[in-house]
Amino acid sequence: MVQFSLNGAPVALDVPPEASLLQALRGPAGLSGPRFGCGTERCGSCMVLLDGVPSCACTLAAESCAGRAVVTVEGLGTREAPHPLQAAFLAEQAGQCGYCLSGILVSAAALLARDPAPAEEAIRAALDPHLCRCGSHNRIIRAVQRAARAMPAPSDSHGPAATGTGDVNRMAGS
Amino acid sequence: MSGPSAAPAPQLADPLTGRTTPPSGFGAAMPPVDGKPRLPGSLHLNRRLSQWLSFHADGRVTITPGKVELGQGILTTLSQIAADELDVDLRRVTARAASTPDSPDEAVTSGSLSTQDSGGALRHACAAARAIFTEVVAQRTGVPLASITIEDGLFHGPAGPIGSYWELADQALLECEATPDARPKPPGARRIAGTSVARIDLPDKVFGAARYVHDLRLPGMLQARMVRPPARRAVLTALRDGPLPGDARVVRDGSVLAVLATTEWDAEAAAARVAARAAWEAQDTLPEQALLADWLRAAAARGERSDILREGEAGAVARTLRRSFFRPYLAHASVAPSCAVARWEGDTVTVWTHSQGTYNLRADLAKALRCPPEKVVVRHMEGAGCYGHNGADDVALDAALAARAVPGIPVRMLWSRAEELGWSPFSPAMLVDVEADLDAAGNVAAWRSHIISNGHSSRPGRATEPTLLSASMLAEPFAVKPSINPPMAAGGGAPRNGVPLYRFPARQVETTRLLEMPVRTSALRGLGASINVWSIESLMDEAAALAGTDPLEYRLRHLDDPRAVAVLARVAAVSNWRERPKREGWGMGLGFARYKNSGAWAAVVAEVEARERVLCRRLWIAGDVGEVVNPDGVANQFEGGAIHGASVALLEEVRFDRRRVTSDSWEEFPILRFSEVPKVAVDIIARPDQPFLGAGEASMAPTIAAIAGGIHEALGVRPRALPFTPDNLAEATA
Ligand code: FES
Ligand code: FES
Repeated sequence: MVQFSLNGAPVALDVPPEASLLQALRGPAGLSGPRFGCGTERCGSCMVLLDGVPSCACTLAAESCAGRAVVTVEGLGTREAPHPLQAAFLAEQAGQCGYCLSGILVSAAALLARDPAPAEEAIRAALDPHLCRCGSHNRIIRAVQRAARAMPAPSDSHGPAATGTGDVNRMAGS
Repeated sequence: MSGPSAAPAPQLADPLTGRTTPPSGFGAAMPPVDGKPRLPGSLHLNRRLSQWLSFHADGRVTITPGKVELGQGILTTLSQIAADELDVDLRRVTARAASTPDSPDEAVTSGSLSTQDSGGALRHACAAARAIFTEVVAQRTGVPLASITIEDGLFHGPAGPIGSYWELADQALLECEATPDARPKPPGARRIAGTSVARIDLPDKVFGAARYVHDLRLPGMLQARMVRPPARRAVLTALRDGPLPGDARVVRDGSVLAVLATTEWDAEAAAARVAARAAWEAQDTLPEQALLADWLRAAAARGERSDILREGEAGAVARTLRRSFFRPYLAHASVAPSCAVARWEGDTVTVWTHSQGTYNLRADLAKALRCPPEKVVVRHMEGAGCYGHNGADDVALDAALAARAVPGIPVRMLWSRAEELGWSPFSPAMLVDVEADLDAAGNVAAWRSHIISNGHSSRPGRATEPTLLSASMLAEPFAVKPSINPPMAAGGGAPRNGVPLYRFPARQVETTRLLEMPVRTSALRGLGASINVWSIESLMDEAAALAGTDPLEYRLRHLDDPRAVAVLARVAAVSNWRERPKREGWGMGLGFARYKNSGAWAAVVAEVEARERVLCRRLWIAGDVGEVVNPDGVANQFEGGAIHGASVALLEEVRFDRRRVTSDSWEEFPILRFSEVPKVAVDIIARPDQPFLGAGEASMAPTIAAIAGGIHEALGVRPRALPFTPDNLAEATA
């Protein structure tokens, strides 16, 4: 049994030591957002935030996440209250098949939490662990820029209106 | 269906089949001559209106195309077309995923034909449905037909509302065949088709919803993994017994080896243990990678040579250019490994799959499982992006074979990354020999080319043997036949785009299909176009340089087709081609093609920077796809195809030793990453009154050609081998 915070709520998952965090999330936790692409940290499909830091869930042992905060794309926002990045990805139509997007959104959220107005080069660098075979890269970069413009200035992010901002640690409930 | 062109696709009989019309399955754009009144697209062969749409009393419309979502946005496009013809709000339209036996048989979602095949059919079917419903409302109310209007599904007469699709949601009205006299709206009356509505599938994808077949969870479902041989064509000779984790079990049929378990971790651990206990008899079956071009030439001498085109007479020849171009095997490299879910109930199996063709897959599953096709139900669910015949069909058989061991229980088979990159069908390695005779003015007087390749199609559903990977490894195996090429009337395979569109007085194009197939080959975006367009455009650049003419002017000098001229002029304008700066280490190149010589036009300018390796920094693209249903969707497809092309041009090559494909990880088969992809600007020329032509494959080949041209401007060398890596460029000469 491993216990951690998942998208802000405590979970206890019955998994053996050999289970990866990705298998735990897609299995007993019942999520679909984190996706399997390679299992070797080379594609970013499985990216989640571990205590706010983008991490490949495919190689992390689920057990090693005990007591920590895990945020997946499902924890960024909902249809009713989308994260600015999710709204921006829809506005820019940033995707084709969309398989890469869960991981990319998570990495972009961490980037914006750290750098609210990233230069294009910084966005490309932050997303370099992610593969997108459909060639949606330029739309994705535009969407991250759009989200950055739409997000409140960092000084506001701890105020009451902070729901759905890039403050990933707060969203992770830590 | 094609617009004006100076050089229409040659309509020769196919060298392989002798047919002049495509056999079923190569896209329904050209239905057979069957004596029935001609109907648009796939409607011709699926004529019942109820096969295409249904109305519901709660105010919704369901469209039921046979084409499938591959990430290209087709379901959004088709919904737009239907909403427009029916005069209903787009939000009322749901597109149901294709399945057998309910959906119309639209063969394969490929060849950039979906908007033609399915969009054309749906537009006509919806116009017919609208006419039928209007007539019924007129009869019931006595309001004259001509004074009835429809607004969001409500029928209005001069005195107000008189009915709706929803009130009459009576399926019997659509239980009839379409007739040719339905009249879709004129282009000027369209309000939804032609606008950039948002993709209907994208919200699920940004909120992480369960949408892919990978996400399907059925009660009691087991997880399955394959255990692949260490070499191609290896035979399983012994399997040691031993403990397995959890409830894992082995399923074996000949050399097909799989494991099943309740959890993914047990399935993966079991696969690793079983792999260690398997003994295989393996041999060298692959050519020497370093000598692949030589092998292609040697195999061509034993291959099947045929004429594609032979026409015209060359005048006086001042000089002849002779060049050869090489392309390695290419992988699909989808971001997700292929996946399928299967469940047997009695003698019937249901398979959930991201295949491109539900009926074609059903046919091959039935052959491989040795059961009648009626006992196989195939349901489409989305997978990751699909750029051709990848592992989707193969994994469907693997799932069905594994599930056969556990009747009544659903089994989810997921391939590994190594299987996806190492065992999916590959796009064939190719050699193209070109000779161009130049006249005294430096213009091309005659063109001769010879295109050498394995066939570009081993899609399921077309041969007597199933082409699915594991079918050849069963205890009672099926033979593997060398891949074939689609006929030229359907765009051809290896010779796709091999016939230059330019006005050359004499043109001769031949192809040799290899009859040995060490590596299983099939269709990948553009088929042979990627090398053929590049070889033609490279020769045009070289001849232009010899004539002291700019590559753009030289091309225009050889073109009559006004739509070709228009895309070249547009891309030159947006890229500022004529005033392009000369910078040390930088270069710009130009590429042009009309996809399949009968589809969309695309002209591309690439800006490249030569550092320790070549990078493509920017792409400008001008396209013409006829009628545009969703402008942003077309731009998205052009961008995606261009970035795919840039990745193929700069990085991609399937590597192998004498036994197995070794480029089976992202380290060994890199594709362009965010820091390496070019910026892309797409400009689509609107042609609302022209037939739609499809966008997914048009930009890739001209992008490769444009990058090659940019490399010459930057480095002074003309690439002769893909990918354009430092090693390959070092072998090229100026
Ligand atoms: S699945 Fe984790 S990085 Fe690819
Ligand atoms: S949208 Fe298909 S992989 Fe990125």
